[in-house]
Amino acid sequence: MSVMVARKKVVRKWEKLPGRNTFCCDGRIMMARQKGIFYLTLFLILGTCALFFAFECRYLAVQLSPAIPVFAAVLFLFAMATLLRTSFSDPGVIPRALPDEAAFIEMEIEATNGTVPQGQRPPPRIKNFQINNQIVKLKYCYTCKIFRPPRASHCSICDNCVERFDHHCPWVGNCVGKRNYRYFYLFILSLSLLTIYIFTFNIVYVALKSLKIGFLNTLKETPGTVLEVLICFFTLWSVVGLTGFHTFLVALNQTTNEDIKGSWTGKNRVQNPYSHGNIVKNCCEVLCGPLPPSVLDRRGILQQEESTAQEETCTRGPGAQEPTTAQGPCGQPEESSAQQNDGSLPHQSAVPVPSLSNTEMPEEKQPPAGELPIPSQDTGQAEH
Amino acid sequence: MPPQVHSLQELRRSASLATKVFVQRDYSDGTTCQFQTKFPPELESRIERQLFEETVKTLNSFYAEAEKIGGSSYLEGCLACATAYFIFLCMETHYEKVLKKISKYIQEQNEKIYAPRGLLLTDPLERGMRVIEISIYEDRCSSGSSSSGSSSSSSGGGGGGAGGR
Repeated sequence: MSVMVARKKVVRKWEKLPGRNTFCCDGRIMMARQKGIFYLTLFLILGTCALFFAFECRYLAVQLSPAIPVFAAVLFLFAMATLLRTSFSDPGVIPRALPDEAAFIEMEIEATNGTVPQGQRPPPRIKNFQINNQIVKLKYCYTCKIFRPPRASHCSICDNCVERFDHHCPWVGNCVGKRNYRYFYLFILSLSLLTIYIFTFNIVYVALKSLKIGFLNTLKETPGTVLEVLICFFTLWSVVGLTGFHTFLVALNQTTNEDIKGSWTGKNRVQNPYSHGNIVKNCCEVLCGPLPPSVLDRRGILQQEESTAQEETCTRGPGAQEPTTAQGPCGQPEESSAQQNDGSLPHQSAVPVPSLSNTEMPEEKQPPAGELPIPSQDTGQAEH
Repeated sequence: MPPQVHSLQELRRSASLATKVFVQRDYSDGTTCQFQTKFPPELESRIERQLFEETVKTLNSFYAEAEKIGGSSYLEGCLACATAYFIFLCMETHYEKVLKKISKYIQEQNEKIYAPRGLLLTDPLERGMRVIEISIYEDRCSSGSSSSGSSSSSSGGGGGGAGGR
């Protein structure tokens, strides 16, 4: 989308940001491109809660206590607030290097590695750093043209490098990274509580009412109860399990990405240098630590000189809803095709939940494509 | 080359951009935002080593203050959580307050120290907290061999010196 034609309308920076994100409300909202599953999440939560408030709550508030719908409402509002915050905020995207910076880094790399003769593959670009007496490697990202900070990773679905990358969650329609991990955790925690709450009180409702008018009549009177119980039952197994898994990660100050790759486990691996060694301290840092603001500056006005520089980089207009299988403008076809392959790789061992046939768990644990060492990619393109 | 005296405004009018130097992040302390205090060779003739290191060290201390994990940051986090993060609609986070202080400090440093020497610091926030960009300006009138525009060709000379990084 070219905006070099003179327009009266002000051009904001989000319109020229590279990467596969969608922006709404003039740059205030930032999401991934595929939002279908996010709408499903919204529909399930809103639908189930609507049924609960409309039917069971009326009976239980009178028979038991009016506090029941009040508490449910608080949980529901908290879950919705944290869901929207997770979905709409910047996960910690690292903006791509401007041409000057990229050229400077290229020169530094050439100076250290020496120029590679034509026809030979350049060595993988890695810098070694020492953190807390352990060596951590920094990888060079070919798309963003930067050396990725430790714990950052490139999400091939959103085509961005994200700080403290956890995973790309299709259920919230966004990446989960440094800036929105706590919202994500609070969302799955409050959703677990909400699900348990609704499930329990549905059982209570059915039990109480059955004593008066019989089991079948109860179900006939409020058929929504069956639907709610079914949804809650399946959600319970997946979301509660996921909450348990993330509690484990938070206690150890690890990310899903690191857990799947096994960065800190195994005999010959380094220990996690980011953990404070103390569960309480880790939890406090991850959930209550200082929150850095977004460095993307989505709503800044684009200066003329910047717009010429950014014309050369990969640009994405917000309006175009392109299919996910299309190649990104930077031409990284290997990553999008690898994505489908990775979905089938077994990684259930990371999750302490009995593997069921429901599709919620595997999708939520979907690793970002290209993050796992794929043999075909190692030889050619540097892995992202 | 004798140091040219410029004010910040004069710099933009009379000088042309010769090259840019990028001070990278220092990850030896983890993922906290710190910058390397190593003196770039390109600035050898432009500014005293001590002044530059002083600037970077002060910036590092500001960032450390912003990311400090302690009682007040926990309090802020818990309060925000209790209000479902709606409190951020009316309140600025501690981090944002420190970032404002940083940008004031950088502007002050530019006016007092860097612009008179034909240099310009860019706030790392504008570069995604990846680098401190230092633009080196050549005086258009005096220098005959100044190269403007493409930094890749002009910083070719500086690249060899940066090889030891």
